[in-house]
Amino acid sequence: MRLHARMVALVSGLGVLLSAAGATAGSAQESHIGHVTGHAAAGKKLYRRYCIGCHGPDGDGAGENAQWIDPKPRDFTLGVFKCRSTPTGALPTDQDLLNAMSRGFVTTNMPPWLPLTRQNRADLVAYVKSFSPKWKTFKPGTPITIPAESRLTIESILHGRGLYQKMECWKCHGSKGHADGPSAATLTDNKDLPIRPYDFATGSRFMCGVTNEDLYKIFMTGLDGTPMPSFADNLQPADAWDLVHFLRTLQPLDTPEAALWKAWLASHAGELKPIGPGGPGGGGGR
Amino acid sequence: MVKWFQKGTRGATWPWWSSCVTCACLTAALLLVSGPSAYTRSVHEGVTVRGVPIPAFARKYNLPCSACHTAWPELNAFGQRFRDNGYQLMNDRDSPIWQNPSYIPVTFRMTPNLHRESLTNQPVDATPGDPTTTGPATVTLSGFDLSGMDLWTAGTLYKNISFALLPSSDNTGAFHFEAAFVRFDNLLNNHWVNFKFGKFELDNLISEKRFLFLSGNGGTYQSYHFVPVGETLNAFGLGDNQIGAELAGHSENSYTRYGVAVLSSSDGNVNLPTSQRYDAFVTVSHAIDAGGLGVERLGAYAYLGQRPTYYQTSGGVPIAGTGTGNKPFYRIGVSGDFFFGDFELLPFFMHASDNAYLATGTAATAALPPGARDARWNAGFLEAHYYVSPQLVFTGRYETIRMSQQADPATLSDLGNIDGYSGGIRWYPIMFARAGLSWHTEVSAIRTRGSTFSPTDAVWTASVFTGFDFDF
Repeated sequence: MRLHARMVALVSGLGVLLSAAGATAGSAQESHIGHVTGHAAAGKKLYRRYCIGCHGPDGDGAGENAQWIDPKPRDFTLGVFKCRSTPTGALPTDQDLLNAMSRGFVTTNMPPWLPLTRQNRADLVAYVKSFSPKWKTFKPGTPITIPAESRLTIESILHGRGLYQKMECWKCHGSKGHADGPSAATLTDNKDLPIRPYDFATGSRFMCGVTNEDLYKIFMTGLDGTPMPSFADNLQPADAWDLVHFLRTLQPLDTPEAALWKAWLASHAGELKPIGPGGPGGGGGR
Repeated sequence: MVKWFQKGTRGATWPWWSSCVTCACLTAALLLVSGPSAYTRSVHEGVTVRGVPIPAFARKYNLPCSACHTAWPELNAFGQRFRDNGYQLMNDRDSPIWQNPSYIPVTFRMTPNLHRESLTNQPVDATPGDPTTTGPATVTLSGFDLSGMDLWTAGTLYKNISFALLPSSDNTGAFHFEAAFVRFDNLLNNHWVNFKFGKFELDNLISEKRFLFLSGNGGTYQSYHFVPVGETLNAFGLGDNQIGAELAGHSENSYTRYGVAVLSSSDGNVNLPTSQRYDAFVTVSHAIDAGGLGVERLGAYAYLGQRPTYYQTSGGVPIAGTGTGNKPFYRIGVSGDFFFGDFELLPFFMHASDNAYLATGTAATAALPPGARDARWNAGFLEAHYYVSPQLVFTGRYETIRMSQQADPATLSDLGNIDGYSGGIRWYPIMFARAGLSWHTEVSAIRTRGSTFSPTDAVWTASVFTGFDFDF
């Protein structure tokens, strides 16, 4: 009787285990983006058509063109992604992956795949998730909360400038945001490959989007797999918005931040201490 | 590529059994080179296949051919956006300053082939050399041959300034400039404003320059080049590249597109050979996201042109470019590109009209033949592709042209009518980075109403074609 009970328990346990494994494996084979459900089986065909040349047949970033590409294609087997709405170390949401695919990555070989249908992109997301066992073990993180943007003032820009100095952003991104800081040449990614910091003079787009919210998200979630850390534990939301406002002034664009900054600089340029070693110090200007 | 194939003039015939043996040998050679396992993998497996062709643009961006092409050379939605953006991916690495200095965006394309052509109801002397014995007979040609060659270079001169230059030859090596233009992209930082100047392909939704047929008959859309029987003053072809300027634009994902072009009325020929008038071409299309089915596109177009009916002369000889007495013609219609997963359907419809003077070859200063009127016809085709994989596609097409009004009322109403049937397979067996190779096999037959002997005869022209289409 006792043996029978043990057998029942064992079989039941195995059943539960297999069911759970099947459930997690099943979820890894799908993506859910709004009302669209992506399927890995359909994504596999699309992956072969569009992605295999760079990301490789095994999703490890070792496609036949990878040797010619800098920076190297993403290794999906690691389950590490730069552009997320989730905290550092967490898996991205399906929406994050779809956004990245649709947007492409500026100054890399990854183009925007916007012309593909939303269903096709969702299918690709499902297939990309099948390369890493992480998707079977962990759930995507919960997206961070982005508070309403604080009012743009010259004080917020100056405070952001002070934070740029204090948080030592300049060490990688350079005093003017041209990716020429003293540490820039030494940076490597999680595969020990050289990596360059973002050059704010590049243009209109950041690595993970174009809006102020996108920029906020970048340094509050970090770019996993790169030296760009998350500042979520070091910056209060208001400070983060001030940093956003300052970073916008580094771009060669006609943004409201740049207009306000230029107007202020016209009469106050002499008051600024240059960013860098011995710079303005944290909290300056506020 | 004006005419991918120029029909041969060789008289020797090639036995069918010999063609079969040759095809079998070619197949065996392919399999031996790639290995049976490579064949099995490429056709039947998923992502374990390595490689897709990478010609000029792919070399620049390190993207597989299949990223931009359903099956090269036909563009998919992503490739259409790339083209609409002036051969730019818009990832801020489009300017040539980002390229290795040794990179030159050049692509060669050619197709050594074996083909057989046959034409029924041709005037042939029953006794060779004796023209008094001429009667209807079938003429058949076959053998190994070459296609024309494209030497294509295109890309960006600078961010948002792109170019294309396409010296193209027929299969004798006689070159001409098939395309040569500069394009200013995203003017005013707006993708709805792009300006092209030079010689270029009309923005046809279904491109004849990037389609999947190569044989002597199937290698052109009859609808794009048809003119009524007897017409000599207007050789216009919607599929011919034209010289002029084009204003075009598109939505961010290129689902919505428009183009307006002003063109010399010379059908793309250089040296101003006709008149000082201009033609206009307008096209618009819109696509919708149909989820798992794909991108479904529908478009409309109108070409409004005119051609001279006589020229100034010198000693009785027409002076090129002085054409006058211009008379109008038009081509209008709709076309589409519909996907149902791996199945693609391309419908095309055209209504066409040529002025009575053009259709009867009458100078505007002379009187028209009694009862002469505008020539009108309707044309269309339905083309289908089935993509087994990015490396294997089956193609088929039915095409028809029907005269709706002959210029001369005495002409039989169906004289010149055409029915065309084409089918083929394109297999891309070995696709290493930076090049593409396709084994192309195609059968095509066209029935035209009217022969030299009788307007009620049906003339059949048939092509059987197999060749290696390579692009490097």
